[in-house]
Amino acid sequence: MSTYVEIDWIACDGRGICSELAPEVIELDEWGYPIIPAAAVPAELEKTVRRAVKACPTLALRLATRSG
Amino acid sequence: MTAAPVTGMAPRLLRGAGADVSLAEHRRMHGDLPDIAPEWLLRAVDDSGLTGRGGAGFPAARKLRSIAGRKNSLIIANGAEGEPASAKDVFLMRRLPHLVLDGLQVVADAVGSNEVYLAVASNPARHRLDLAIAERNAAGVDRVRVRVLPVPDVFLAGEESALVNAVEGRASLPRSTPPRVFEKGAFGRPTLVQNVETLAHIALIARHGAAWFREVGSVEDPGSMLVSISGAVARPGIAEVARGSSIEQIIAAAGGLRHAVQAVLVGGYHGTWLTPTTMDFRPGAGVVVALPTDVCGLVETARVVAYLADQSAQQCGPCLNGLPALASVLGEIARGRSGGRAIGPQVRRATELAALVERRGACHHPDGSVRFIRSALSMFETEIDLHAHGRCSATDRRPFLPTPGVGGAR
Repeated sequence: MSTYVEIDWIACDGRGICSELAPEVIELDEWGYPIIPAAAVPAELEKTVRRAVKACPTLALRLATRSG
Repeated sequence: MTAAPVTGMAPRLLRGAGADVSLAEHRRMHGDLPDIAPEWLLRAVDDSGLTGRGGAGFPAARKLRSIAGRKNSLIIANGAEGEPASAKDVFLMRRLPHLVLDGLQVVADAVGSNEVYLAVASNPARHRLDLAIAERNAAGVDRVRVRVLPVPDVFLAGEESALVNAVEGRASLPRSTPPRVFEKGAFGRPTLVQNVETLAHIALIARHGAAWFREVGSVEDPGSMLVSISGAVARPGIAEVARGSSIEQIIAAAGGLRHAVQAVLVGGYHGTWLTPTTMDFRPGAGVVVALPTDVCGLVETARVVAYLADQSAQQCGPCLNGLPALASVLGEIARGRSGGRAIGPQVRRATELAALVERRGACHHPDGSVRFIRSALSMFETEIDLHAHGRCSATDRRPFLPTPGVGGAR
């Protein structure tokens, strides 16, 4: 089982806090919206990403656990 | 809009479609609906191989089974038809409303639903349906009352979660998924959204069975479909063709070409530009537009993308920023080299923007728009070269493809 970042695009306002907190995983596009990697979150960054997900002011991010 | 003669098959849906069909005529033509068990209908639709005729092509039986037997479900017949080059659903609802309404009753019985809506954007179709429903109520043929639901005539009104919003009295805008509408749709209830043509096919499957349905079309893709054919054809209009028909056969159903053609748009503005001889293609919701050689494919594409940007629900950042940016850069390509500036960077920029928009929205609007743009960049490559040298092969500058609210169209 791996962990993936998922986003609710309607909820996302492009505040960019996720990228500030987890720049290794989440970059911003030219308009300030997060680029969510399709790949699983590397285990060593999971804690960081979890913090970023929790900090989203519009609750647009979530972590999903699924296989492969 | 006229009904083109059907080629290669006897009309099924379009039987009698030369005029508005009343309930009495409809019953004379097709007979009354047989009394059938829910499981029989579900199995018949399953065995028929019918797929949704609204564009996505999802197996109809799987959708029905996703809500069959669940408490408190509701059904939305999708007649919103927001695609500007599509006219078959409105045609069907105006000429043959009783086929659609039969299908709706059959499906309501099969899945055990007591609440049924029919979403329509076209006013004439709405009035025709009101009359047809009144006829049926007077004759007492329906178990479930059908509520006609007016929706705005915009591109995304028929997106299934936008329909759910409309039923709830909210703005017709797509919602975030999950949940999918069959899990948790209108008012949190299991919701089935089925295109009106799909329902009309089910009305006939209920009468004639799955084997009959499969007598037309191919084994993998059985039955017939309605197509909206426009552009450089002899008789633009609606035709019924076998599934699996080639683009050339579809064009033949509209009387053939009336002008040399450089490309054919298949599947509408979320579809793809193809050559008329392409054999492997997805017909989507049956939109086929033949682009004559004297019209510029790049200028047309740029205006359609401006329309798609205009039709964005403006809810998701990448779509609301990316589609206008794409429209602008495609506009520069369409205008061509000006003031000694090359257009190579614009083509690269369009490709980059397409990647930035794709799969980054709540609904499929960005993805469909990107599919359309990519196919244009590859189909009109030679024209891009011409534009790079300040030339253009078009001799007719009048807008060709319909883009309501954006530029003028013929």
